[in-house]
Amino acid sequence: MTAWVERTVEIAGTKVHVTRGGKGPPVLVLHRDIGMPATSSFHDELVKSADVIIPHHPGWGSSPRAEWMRSVRDLAVIHRGLLAELHIQQAVLIGLGFGGWIAAEMATMAPADLAKLVLVAPMGVKPSQGDILDQAIVSYIDYVRAGFHDQNAFDKTYDAEPSVDQLETWDIAREMCFRIAWKPYMYSQTLPHLLRNVKIPTLLVWGDQDKIVPVSAADRYLAALPNAKLEVIRDCGHIVDLEQPVRLAELVMPFIAR
Amino acid sequence: MHLMYFTEQPMSAYDASEGLKYGATALTFSNKHFDPVAGSRLYNEYLEQYVYAEEVGVDGIMLNEHHNAPFCMQAKANIFAAVLAGATKRVKIVMLGNPLPLAENPIRLAEELAMIDMISKGRLVSGFVRGGGQEQLATGVNPAYNRERFEEAHDLIVKTWTVPGPFRWEGTHYQHRVVNPWALPLQKPYPRVWIPGVISKETIIWAARQRYPYIALNTSIPQTKQIWKLYDETATAVGYKSGPENRGYLARIHVAETEERATQNARQFMWMQGEFTGLAHPVWANPSGYFSPGGRRNFVEFAVGRAKNPRGNPTFEEQLADGMIICGTPKQVLPRIRHLLEETRPGILAVWGNDGNVSHRDSMTCIRLLAQEVFPQVREWAKELGLNSPFEAEAPVSIAYAGDLKQSTVAAE
Repeated sequence: MTAWVERTVEIAGTKVHVTRGGKGPPVLVLHRDIGMPATSSFHDELVKSADVIIPHHPGWGSSPRAEWMRSVRDLAVIHRGLLAELHIQQAVLIGLGFGGWIAAEMATMAPADLAKLVLVAPMGVKPSQGDILDQAIVSYIDYVRAGFHDQNAFDKTYDAEPSVDQLETWDIAREMCFRIAWKPYMYSQTLPHLLRNVKIPTLLVWGDQDKIVPVSAADRYLAALPNAKLEVIRDCGHIVDLEQPVRLAELVMPFIAR
Repeated sequence: MHLMYFTEQPMSAYDASEGLKYGATALTFSNKHFDPVAGSRLYNEYLEQYVYAEEVGVDGIMLNEHHNAPFCMQAKANIFAAVLAGATKRVKIVMLGNPLPLAENPIRLAEELAMIDMISKGRLVSGFVRGGGQEQLATGVNPAYNRERFEEAHDLIVKTWTVPGPFRWEGTHYQHRVVNPWALPLQKPYPRVWIPGVISKETIIWAARQRYPYIALNTSIPQTKQIWKLYDETATAVGYKSGPENRGYLARIHVAETEERATQNARQFMWMQGEFTGLAHPVWANPSGYFSPGGRRNFVEFAVGRAKNPRGNPTFEEQLADGMIICGTPKQVLPRIRHLLEETRPGILAVWGNDGNVSHRDSMTCIRLLAQEVFPQVREWAKELGLNSPFEAEAPVSIAYAGDLKQSTVAAE
């Protein structure tokens, strides 16, 4: 069992909470719009063979809000600052959903200094068919449930009746999404153009039952990224890392190691 | 005492069972249920009622706006204000109010309001609101910056009205190259600003700091007293003594020739079968970032259906019992209004007279009885109780124009 170490790193005047563990190539994991649960089997799989760095985005979890932050690109710059502060070069970025958008933005900023990119059903581009589900008009529970094809996986992670603390956490996370990704909601109009510069190997993973980010968004990522491939997981919703963590790790680990 | 007439302008001509079936009567409740033929008739009836209210002697017409919902047909309060500016001669046109955060360009609002003030020959009261939670979603405005946008838009509008242009505005939410509109309010330094609200502490404190009258929207008597306590404390802290001229109250009062008819019609205050502003979805009514962080825990429980609305959701009978709805013949309602005046001591009383499916005819009767058989006595009592309106008290438009401020002790030392 790997011990996770927690610390706070100050980036651009804002305190970023970081959990880190394991040995191997550095892997920065960027969490979802809904934050992340206390434990994750996907993280536990990763830490077996990588140096896993998991920041809380400013405004989520244990990282205080940066009042000035206005865009997901700002968030990407913060995490680039984090890599610099930790003296990490050639990191692998793993972005989960909303975190995938951040990872994609980070890759566009300096395409040559990252090792690989893993984008798990990333937001960030406008799907060619359908829209990214608008969390503003559904309840916290309904929104997160929509991220799971298998509702038992939701119950296992959050309990069938999530606690009030959890609801508050989701509300704070939702407020942050509004603050930085309100309009256009959950995508950038310029990102697809900038992604053309990102030539590093990229693995896109999508659940075939994703009700949050339509799989059609994968086509736009594939069209923009010159060195990307797509893996679709059957019978899986948007939140792949919590619904099928082992399957996701089976795809990601060899890709990172290669 | 300033006595105003108010109606939400309900779009009553839709099949209410459809709303019940859908489970909400706001935001996403389809506008296929909206009937423009009925809408045209209703708009004209409401206009006729306002003009009649002036004829029979009310002091003001209170207007508001909401979006994507049948409970209020005004999608832009300034449109009715402009119509009234031309169609009436004497009444104050009281906007309660323009939802500032919804404005992408507050200069346009400043211009529209200036035009209304000039056309009405100085009868505008320009209230401002934050806009309800679902209004942010209906208009695509970020709820997380609602309060910041409210305050900045206010500051920009007041500067536009009081500082000769051209000037430049580089704010957080608004940037304007050239502020120099060729339409300025007739009233100087600028039209009175009244701030309506419910129990949001931040808004009460903000209004008191500006010395703008706060209009409590049909809050319970204990809640209203809490509001005045906070307002008065804030006023003292910034150096003035607040009184009835700083206090407004919106009461739901329906009067008819008979008690039976009055009660029957007053039930229409429950027409939307939900909370204050319709059968709202708790998530839309309180989008994340819209309410103050202190209320977060209560609202998240409400949003998932585990808790009652923190704003309350009492039944018709409960509301009758505690005076939040008053109905009857003029004689019957007067003692209850007296009680309200004694307990809450407002200098501005807005009477929300008609809602839902109350017929045009009964609405007109209600307006006549209010103006001719209720308001004269209310005015007498107001004199007796010293309830002066901001006009009677000649209160400054805002704290910036006050000549009576006590220096704070810190400054004196």
